Amino acid sequence: MKANCWMGRNKVEVLDVPEPGILNPRDAVVRVTSTAICGSDLHLYDGYIPTMRKGDVLGHEFMGEVVEVGPGVANLRPGDRVVVPFPIACGACLACEHGMYSLCENSNPNAGLAEKMMGHSPAGIFGYSHMLGGYPGGQAQYARVPFADIGPIKIDDDLPDEKVLFLSDILPTGWMGAEMCDIKPGDVIAVWGAGPVGQFAAAAALQLGAEQVVSIDRFPYRLEIAGRAGALTLNYEEVDVLDALRDITAGRGPDACIDAVGMEAHYPVAAVQAYDRAKQAARLETDRPHALREAIMACRNGGIVSVIGVYGGFVDKFPMGSFMNRSLTMRTGQCHVQRYMKPLLDRIREGFDPSFVITHHMRLEDAPRAFEMFKNKEHYCNKVVLSPW
Amino acid sequence: MSTTINRQAHRLAEALERGLHVVRFTPSGGLHAAITVNRPRHEVYRFWRDLENLPRFMAHVESVVTVPGGGSHWRVRGPANRIIEWDAEITRDREDELISWRSLGGAATRHRGSVRFTDAPGGRGTEVRVEMEYRTPGGRAGLVVARLFGEHPEQQVRDDLRRFKQVMETGEVARSAGSPEGPRAWRQFFQHKAQPAEHARRPAQHASR
Repeated sequence: MKANCWMGRNKVEVLDVPEPGILNPRDAVVRVTSTAICGSDLHLYDGYIPTMRKGDVLGHEFMGEVVEVGPGVANLRPGDRVVVPFPIACGACLACEHGMYSLCENSNPNAGLAEKMMGHSPAGIFGYSHMLGGYPGGQAQYARVPFADIGPIKIDDDLPDEKVLFLSDILPTGWMGAEMCDIKPGDVIAVWGAGPVGQFAAAAALQLGAEQVVSIDRFPYRLEIAGRAGALTLNYEEVDVLDALRDITAGRGPDACIDAVGMEAHYPVAAVQAYDRAKQAARLETDRPHALREAIMACRNGGIVSVIGVYGGFVDKFPMGSFMNRSLTMRTGQCHVQRYMKPLLDRIREGFDPSFVITHHMRLEDAPRAFEMFKNKEHYCNKVVLSPW
Repeated sequence: MSTTINRQAHRLAEALERGLHVVRFTPSGGLHAAITVNRPRHEVYRFWRDLENLPRFMAHVESVVTVPGGGSHWRVRGPANRIIEWDAEITRDREDELISWRSLGGAATRHRGSVRFTDAPGGRGTEVRVEMEYRTPGGRAGLVVARLFGEHPEQQVRDDLRRFKQVMETGEVARSAGSPEGPRAWRQFFQHKAQPAEHARRPAQHASR
């Protein structure tokens, strides 16, 4: 089968690889009908996530048709159409029982590696390094789905792929980012990053009752999409973000700040960008946390900083003084996707259409070009959906 | 004096680490590992007490055959794929609480150990604590056992316990293309990478299905 493989920094290749099969009783094999490139795939592409190996199949946003199930999967049958959540979760451990699916204690066979880096291991993730399980991803014609009786959600009706595909990751991720803000009437929510996740976070914050949402980015086309979703927009290359947010909130600061950027933030002050870029290049820090630093500084006293942008390792110059002295709360996490799929599918059925983030439909074979385009923000590339067939 | 301090530090560390996966390894050949399993204590004890279940999650163990009277025969895959065998006996068995064992015979495989089962607080399942002792090379005894655990003994025992938890909670050992061997857990130490077969390394544009 064809699959998009990580071949080193800034290099992916569509190769012919062996088809996956059933390895465990609770597995299913899915024939992938649609898959997407995630902003967090760029962290892999750029070489900042440790324990990637040449040939690893990428992709953690995918859906398709079940073609085979193991004897332990009673709720799915060949022919069922499913969306697959990106965190792999067993449904039986304490974390899963509490709805913390991305912290599943049993789905990472390489948990020992993750423990060395992070102290404890989170769940395994499709196509996202050996530290997180070494599971081949869904940018392929077929994918093996472990614990298929727990994760995938069946799509029984005729909703097209492009409306439900993002239940796999970015829609629930944006939603959780907003939910972690504990939004109350009158709240102003600022969102760093107006990529698809930031756009969904902005839309979700409004749906959850925010008075106003402010989206921050430097690409006008991305801000425009966030604007259409209802956000006020700030281009940080044109305005001073802290000043602008103080103005908008009459000095209070946003009640909650969402970091939808993560480890490869860009910073408008050249010296600071160069400092982090150099440290990251020298592997002295793994992440460039500008967005996080600014979100902390901007947040009102006693407010919430909600981190859904992906970080891989260690950050530098963390404004701990601001964070501690002003009674801030930080909430974080890879999205517990399984928790959100059903309620968000209901919202889609009621008329919410997440396909507004898509700018490009391409063939799986074009993945190398798509990665390049997405990384360099060419052709107003916001979100790419790939068809493997 | 320093022994007292060590003991206090040890107790403090143990208190801090309750419920986490913890392993300590001392030069004298003591191994210590723990994990929390989200199943009732009786069930967890019963599974372990049937020693023939142990190869399902213990990396090196090929098979355990029990014989009447508490004895067991172990076949274990050692360095360079060599099969090593020994007999063991259960020395203490308190239902739902404790199983202790010791090996019989050759100095090279001599070791003893115990596994304790206690209720995790607040309905978190069962805490499982393993302790093992063998004498390290230099002291001659325990030579083979020491080698089995290689350079990272704590990691290997911890991984065994993690697989034990997987089997108890999910009924299977988690497997990815990075560890496709599953129950043949020892092979996970030589993990394959999730990569295309060599023969298949050609651009897919020319491939057809």
